[in-house]
This record gives sequence, C-alpha cells and structure tokens, in this order.
Amino acid sequence: MKAAVIVFPASNCDRDAKVALTEMTGKAPAMVWHQDSDLPDVDLVVIPGGFSYGDYLRCGAMASQSPVMRSVKAHAEKGGAVLGICNGFQVLTESHLLPGALMRNAGLKFVCKPVTLKVEETQSAFTRGYNNGQSVVFPVAHGEGNYYADDATLDRLEGEGRVVFRYAANPNGSARDIAGILSEKRNVLGMMPHPERVVDGATGGTDGRALFKSLIETLS
Amino acid sequence: MTEITPAIVAEHGLSPDEYARINTLLGRAPNMVELGVFSVMWSEHCSYKSTRAHLRKLPTTGPQVIQGPGENAGVIDIGDGDACIFKMESHNHPSFIEPYQGAATGVGGIMRDVFTMGARPIAMMNALRFGAPDHPKTRHLVAGVVSGIGGYGNCMGVPTVGGEVNFHPSYSGNILVNAMCVGLARTDNIFLSAAKGAGNPVVYFGSKTGRDGIHGATMASAEFDDASEEKRPTVQVGDPFAEKLLLEATLELMATDAIIAIQDMGAAGLTSSSAEMGDKGGSGIELNLDMVPQREANMTAYEMLLSESQERMLAVLKPGREAEAQAIFKKWELDFAVIGITTDTKRLVIKHKGVVAADMPITALSDEAPVYERPYTLREPASGTPAYDKARPVLASLEKILGSADMASRRWIWEQYDHSVMNDTQQAPGGDAAVVRVHGTKKALAISTDVTPRYCKADPRRGGMQAVAECWRNLTAVGATPLATTDNLNFGNPQKPDIMGEIVAAIDGIGEACRALDFPIVSGNCSLYNETNGEGIFPTPAIGGVGLLKDASKMATIAFKRDGDVVILIGETRGHLGQSIYLREIEGKEEGAAPRVELDVEKKNGDFVRRLIEQGRVDTCHDVSDGGLAVAIVEMAMPRGLGAQVGQASIADAIGFWFGEDQARYVIAVPFAQAEKIVAEARAASITVAELGKTGGDSFSIDGKDSIAIAKLRTAHEDWFPNFMKAEL
Repeated sequence: MKAAVIVFPASNCDRDAKVALTEMTGKAPAMVWHQDSDLPDVDLVVIPGGFSYGDYLRCGAMASQSPVMRSVKAHAEKGGAVLGICNGFQVLTESHLLPGALMRNAGLKFVCKPVTLKVEETQSAFTRGYNNGQSVVFPVAHGEGNYYADDATLDRLEGEGRVVFRYAANPNGSARDIAGILSEKRNVLGMMPHPERVVDGATGGTDGRALFKSLIETLS
Repeated sequence: MTEITPAIVAEHGLSPDEYARINTLLGRAPNMVELGVFSVMWSEHCSYKSTRAHLRKLPTTGPQVIQGPGENAGVIDIGDGDACIFKMESHNHPSFIEPYQGAATGVGGIMRDVFTMGARPIAMMNALRFGAPDHPKTRHLVAGVVSGIGGYGNCMGVPTVGGEVNFHPSYSGNILVNAMCVGLARTDNIFLSAAKGAGNPVVYFGSKTGRDGIHGATMASAEFDDASEEKRPTVQVGDPFAEKLLLEATLELMATDAIIAIQDMGAAGLTSSSAEMGDKGGSGIELNLDMVPQREANMTAYEMLLSESQERMLAVLKPGREAEAQAIFKKWELDFAVIGITTDTKRLVIKHKGVVAADMPITALSDEAPVYERPYTLREPASGTPAYDKARPVLASLEKILGSADMASRRWIWEQYDHSVMNDTQQAPGGDAAVVRVHGTKKALAISTDVTPRYCKADPRRGGMQAVAECWRNLTAVGATPLATTDNLNFGNPQKPDIMGEIVAAIDGIGEACRALDFPIVSGNCSLYNETNGEGIFPTPAIGGVGLLKDASKMATIAFKRDGDVVILIGETRGHLGQSIYLREIEGKEEGAAPRVELDVEKKNGDFVRRLIEQGRVDTCHDVSDGGLAVAIVEMAMPRGLGAQVGQASIADAIGFWFGEDQARYVIAVPFAQAEKIVAEARAASITVAELGKTGGDSFSIDGKDSIAIAKLRTAHEDWFPNFMKAEL
C-alpha cells in the first residue's frame, strides 16, 4: 500500500501518521505540502490531526480550500481511500467529502483521554480487521469533535451502515455518540479518535494496528 | 522631544541612582527611546539585579552539562549524540491580569527559548499556584490559565505531560504560572546567541511588531495593587498558529548552515534580543527600524523597541545567505526582513526615519546593569510539632485529605492538555514523573517539577533543599537517573530584608541539595515582586528536573499491578507532622518545623531504588511526599482499583506513621518471591526498610481492623476538582 500524508500549516499529527504508516507498511509515506496541487500515485491519503491554519475561521475551513484538496477530492471520486483523523475529519466535512459538521465540544473544553469505541461496521476497507461490536480504546484530543448532522442525514448514515465507530461514553456531545463515519462510497473515513497513536504498545496500546492492517490488506 | 522628568524616570521603574548611572555611562542624558531601553534592560526581570550575586553560588557544571545558565536554555548530554535542552519560566504577572493570554504566551515564550537553540520541543510541564479555592477570582483564574496553556500547547502539537498545582491564600492576589519546556537536539547542532563578527546581516522573522506588551518586563518587576487590572494593555496576545509555523521554519533554517547566532524576542523584544546578541558576541549592532515588519501604522522607535509582540525571532546570518533564508520563511508564510548589520563598535545603534533614535554602548545595557547586594535578614525557621489529636480515626482523615484542594486529582486540568501527541509519551500525568521517549530510540526522559511552598515559608533553606530532593526523588521513582535542573524562583519584593532573606536562604538550600545529589542547575528564571498590596506570596522556588532512562521498558509506574505483591517501605518514618498536609487539612494548623532533609540518606535510598528498577526487579514504585504514607499507598491503589492490606511498622504514633511527611521515602510493590531478597539487600546497605503488607482486594485496610473501599477514596479524590469548577460554567 502506498500512502501520502497531507501537511497543512499547523498540522501537528503529520509526523505521528508518518511513523504509524512506516511502522505498519514498512515504507515511509509521501509527505505532501498543502500548496502542491499534484498528489503522488497512492492508494491512501491521510489527512492528519492538528490545528490547520490555527483553527481560525472554523476548524478545517481554510485547509479545505488549499490547492491540494482538489487533488484529494479527485482521488476520492476515483474511489481512492482517504482517512481523516481529528482535524482531518474536520477538513473532510468542510470539503463536503463527508456530511455534517464538527462543533465545539458540549463541555466547552478541549478533551484528551483514552476513550472506548465500539466498532459498529466491519464492512469497510478501514475496519475489516476488527470484529463487529468489538470494543477498542483510542485516545481523543480535540476541542471541536461534537459531530452534528440533521436527523435525516443521521438516519441515512445509520441505515447505510456508515457509522463506523461509536463512543461507549460520549466525550463531546456528538449526535448518536458518533466517533467516525464513512462516505457514501465507503472509501472516505473521518474520525475524531486517533488510531495512529495506538500502534505502539509502549505509548498507549495497539488497538489502532488493525485499522492500518485492514487498509494494507484491502489496498495492496 | 519629551523632557525627562523625575516622574518619567520613576514611571520607567528606575531609581534616581540608576538614572544618574545611565547619565554617567552615556556621558550625557538619555533621550526617551534610550530611557525606555535602559528601563527594560535594567528591570529585575531582564537583569536579575537582586539575585545575580546569589545565583552565582549555584552549581551549574558537570560532565553532563553542555550549556549552563546564560543562554536561552540549558543543554545537557543524554548520550548517542543527543542533547536535551530545557528551561522553566514564569508568566505570573500577566496571567493574573489576563489569565488566558498570560498563560498562553508563557507557554509560547518558553517554547521559543528552547527551539531558538536548535531543539524540537517534545514535552511541556507547568507548575501553577492559585489562591484560596473560595476566593472569588480563583475559579476564573484556574479556568483561564488552564485553557490558555492548553490552547497554546495543543495547537503547537507538543504534549503537556505533567506539572503541579497548589491552592493557598498567599497566592490569592498573585498567582504563579511557571511553564517548562523540554526539547531534543543533536549535540553538534546547537545554536547560541553570540553575534560574532562585523558586517553580518541581522534578520528578523516571524510575526509583525505591534503595540502589544509594551513595558511587560517592567510590569513583571513591580508589585501589584488594586489598580493592576488597568495594566491589561501590557499583556501580550499569543498566536500559536504563528508559533507553530515559526518553529517549523526555524528548524528548517537551522538545517542549513546559514545561522551565526539566533535569539528569540521575549521580554523587552527587539531591545533585549539585539543587546544580548551583541553583548555575547562582543560586537555592535545597528538596526534600521524602518525595515521592521509592522502591524500598525506610525509606530515610534520607542514603541517598536519595547514591544513584546509574540512569535518573533532575531538572527545573524552569514553574509549572502539572506535569500535562502527568505525562501524558507516565504514557504511558511512568515515575515522576513533584513533589519540591520553587526558592527565592531560594541554599540547598539537604532535608526528610524533617517535619524539616529538611540545610540548606546551595549555593555551599559548588560554588564554595567546594576547588581545589588540587597540587605537581608534570615528569620529563625519555624520549629517544633504542634499538638494534635492522637486518637482521631485514620481512615476518615485519609478520605478527607484525598478530597482536599491540594491533594485531589488534577484530571480536570490535564484532560484539557493534549498529552499524547507526538506519540512518545510513556507516562502521562498522574505518576511521579512524566516519561517521554527520545523519538526513535529506547531511551526516555523523565521530567518533574516540584516545590513545597509551605515548607519554604516555614524554613526557606530547608524548603529549597526539599524542592530539589523531591524532584530528584520523583525522577528516581520512575527509574530515571536525574541529570540536571532548571529553577524558577518566585518570591516577593526583594527590597524587603525579610523577603530577600527568604531568597538567599532558599538559593543556599537549593545549591546544597544540587551539589549533594549531583543535579546541577543549567537554566532558570527569577520572578520577584510577587506581592499584592504589600502581601508577599509564600516563597516558591520551583525546581524542574530532567532524568534519563537508558531503557524505558524498565520504567516503573505508581499503579499496583498484581494481587499479592508485598508492599515495602524504603526509608525511615519518624512521624514528622510539622507543616504537613494532615495538620493543615485535619487540625487546621499551618505550623511547626518543615521536615528534615538528609541529603546523604536521600541519595542512598534513591540510588538503591533506582538500581532495583534498572535491574528490572521493581516495576511499581511511588515516592512518599505530600500527605504521607497512607496517601502514597492509596495513590498506588486507585489507578486499577487494586487495594492493599497494610500495618504500622514503626514506633511513631498512628497519625505520624500514616500522615507524617518524612523525606527520602519510597513505597515499592514486588512479587512475594522477590520481597525477602530485596529487604535483605536494603538492610545490608543500612537502608531503613519495612514490609507493610500485601496488595489485594478492593479496599485499603490498616492493621487488619479498619478498612475503606478504594472506590470511595477514588470518588473523593476525583470529584473535588470538577465540583469546584462547576461553579465557573
């Protein structure tokens, strides 16, 4: 599997994504600067966490207008896999690659802690390595992870099996405890928790490895 | 031109004697711009004029030290060509006036100090002191400071991995916000601030200069009164987005060999960065302010020189490398400008709109700054042990203490900090020390910040020693070898002999402990004048220590891990209750002697414990400090809800045994099969050791009689902070 990680000004989980992908795939991903309008020929594009453009205006809003995002959209339209983590999820909703929006946490505070997630959907390139209903622990670290969409959209997401991860104990007020969702074509995943921070047993667990393994098995 | 009157001199925080000295050094009267420059360069904050003579007594060298105090931060060797660069700094005054921005820019400033030297920041710590919980401003300040620290650090993508928090009425009018940054560099790529050589371009990069923070350093060198909130315009506003870009761009520039010297613009901005670079390099600097990127129109030379706008750097480049540097900053969308040149005149010359706005010998600003041997009186340390009720039930007191303001869980705070970004955090907040891996290796750095202000108030010298000893012990308790420290000395008004006495005694104690424990001080910061309406804070010399674990897989944590482990106490328990948490929380007494600090015992016990951890024989360890032994054991039980059945093991009475704050003690838990040998080894090494009991069950019980559920204790411990802060929202 060939992967690329997009780097926006003030992305700050780009290195973590790179380290996790290198560890899991055995080769370093391409690091793509947001001003580059060309994407290398890759199977997976990762939009990492961070505070692109300082979260000014709205989280992810300015990054969604970066030149590279035109290529990311084209990649997604062709069926290429896109994984948006944390700020990456916010960029994906702002880019309309995923429905809904991420609002300020209900508690109005940034929250960083390990959370238990339920894997709700294993019919995806991202989660086929998990068991349906499996509990996994990933860290969250965000101030704006409160997922919102209107009821019709939420019903549709649920009906089409596009809610992939759900919080066991909701840390941010997300509608229907949603932690991660798929696009209609199931090739774009946006999630607030950080799978790239749980690939190394020395620093918090290994529950994220199966997500990368699923991608490698599907896309290689 | 404005005439300089005695009133204007006083407004600049300069004494008549100091003004006369400026006249002598210049050979003429200064103009307003020069007066402004002297005012900040000679401020307590920049010149250390009250403490310099005493700070010289601190140990600052050792085989591990690459760079001691005097640069932007200290540098130590951690093997394999890796260097650790770190420093702690206060942002007390601005944080009290505007808690969010004050704390945020404190974080930004200390990070710049570290990456200015070539390090990528890898961990942040903070030591916070707030006023009485029931003081009307306290919640507002806690909420603002915590979100300011998080707002800046989280955006930077540097994990905030630990710290300490106290509440006490002595801080009600003057909180303390001390932030520590730890970074990693290579020993062969460390950048200093000495602007050596003439004819080299002086370049400015980062954010534009505005009118914010003018005279911040002068404010930080004065006491507060009721009108201090009017000083809000002197608090700077932080932009962590700009700082993140500045970090990446600076490290990218450092990967070239274009830099001769570099210095961040912190307190006193352009003035102090250029003066310090010229001073250290033995050169002169000529700046043309017309070239400075400006955020506002019609700024005067005075305003530009004294602005403390954040996220700015000054560097001297090798001639001809300007375009290469400019391209890097263009990529990161930051301002870049050549604003001057180094000279051989040893003068700081400022040009603005075609005229010379200031022209001063650099040594007048630095070496010639006043150094005061301020008069001091050493007061008699508090002594004795106050009376207490020896029959009071232990477990009820224990529950109350675990749920008290100073002892309750700080989860409410640290869950607002991203402590796992960079994916190298091996021990998050909640343990004895934070542990952060050296990226890509099996080594890790342990970090802790410590001071017990109530001990320092009772006995400044002993309190200084204890702060160092506790920091050293916390690093040891995770298995790290303590290497070096940074100190952040927070005191009241040094012009009062009693306060100056506290400073002198505390520095003396710190120095003695650092020497005995081979724990030199490589960087630091003094924050004086922490007073409001004449009331000084408790003396609070915070110590930030860094240690090295050569093999982080051997690291110990505080959590009990196995049923049936033997709980062993290392160190002697005499039942010292003077100045203890117990006396304060249960008997309402802040009295008595601070605990004795025996540095030889401290070293012997610590070295013994560390060796056991390094040998892979102990993975569960906790130092005994605030609250004493019972609190320590319960802190080990709470993480996994695994209890312990223990009994008293010395002649101290039950209160003294379970709540005494005798120093140099650790609790370890080891499998039964190994316990006997460890106890025998301790005895053979003449170390006081006792088996207290076993882990198991879900409660904490004493002497087989009284018992309390760990879940109940955890509720008391966890609920205090969220309940306290609820009233804020």
